[in-house]
Amino acid sequence: MPDATGLELIAQRVREKVGDEAVTGTLYYRRHATLDVAPSSVRDVIAYLRDGEDEPWERLMSVHGVDYLPEEPRLGVHYELLSMERADRLNVRTRVGTDEPRVPSVVDLHPTADFQEREVFDMFGVVFDGHPDMRRILMPEDYEGYPQRRDFPMGGEPVIYTYNEPQLPRWYD
Amino acid sequence: MKAQQLLRGELEGEDLEREVEQRLLFTKFEEAQNWARKNALFPLGFGLACCAIEMITVVGSPRNDLSRFGAEVIRFSPRQADLLILSGRVSIKMAPIIRRLYEQMLEPKWVIAMGACSSSAGMFNNYAVVQGADKFLPVDVYVPGCPPRPEALIYGIMKLQDQIMGDPAMGWRERYRAEGTEEVA
Repeated sequence: MPDATGLELIAQRVREKVGDEAVTGTLYYRRHATLDVAPSSVRDVIAYLRDGEDEPWERLMSVHGVDYLPEEPRLGVHYELLSMERADRLNVRTRVGTDEPRVPSVVDLHPTADFQEREVFDMFGVVFDGHPDMRRILMPEDYEGYPQRRDFPMGGEPVIYTYNEPQLPRWYD
Repeated sequence: MKAQQLLRGELEGEDLEREVEQRLLFTKFEEAQNWARKNALFPLGFGLACCAIEMITVVGSPRNDLSRFGAEVIRFSPRQADLLILSGRVSIKMAPIIRRLYEQMLEPKWVIAMGACSSSAGMFNNYAVVQGADKFLPVDVYVPGCPPRPEALIYGIMKLQDQIMGDPAMGWRERYRAEGTEEVA
């Protein structure tokens, strides 16, 4: 991981090359460097980190969705970049609200993002603009709702233990 | 020697009685048919999850050697198979496909729910997994375990053979009150 100073230098270069409003913050925590970016400039930042002159982050290892329920904006998308040259990792993350969860797609830069963005769409409902095939990938195509959101019901059936058997009388019917 | 005499019609009286008793076997046609069916179960080559690996070691490997019990020929077409082993958790996306495979199998057909997941969803008490395969399929035998021991699955298959051989009231149509859904012969 780049150290705290290296992270600030990366953030500085991104601000210069992509735009001042692109970077909303940095986080260096337990030797993990994270760059917070505005959702509209995710694609530009990742394109710069891939192709920029001093930037070695040529690989996208994974895309994650997160739901920070009490906080606003609720949904987060995390990108984990890897540099084979420096054997080093950098996280890029962004936050969008549930009312209009739109993030530009990075599939044209990193083809591996195809299925992973579909999974984030399937589980969290984040729409990736510019994705060639924005469909559900894990759940059935007629499924309603985004099951990994924290306000989504867990599903399943009540399981009978001795402690809750009195609350479910005649469950065996 | 006696057999020759029997065929020639030379035996008489007590000799004839004893010879017939020893050499001839009478049975009902249904029982002979069931005996043939139980000893020629063709499982469908179909796996769902981690139990599939265990199912393969039971059905396919010489270590457990299911051919001892007459059920080892795996058929990869549902048209030729008559036993569906549900080995693993059934996701709600997979359920219609399994139902379709089951519909494509020819009568008579049997289903074994192998493991905790396909019997009752096991630990997957959530939005993505069908809570027990008997929600959409008539299941004949449930084998518990996570995964079941090979012996357990073999015992389940032998239980199914007993069921095929034995009481027709053990059939799923009676248990699920589905009389009248037989395919037209």
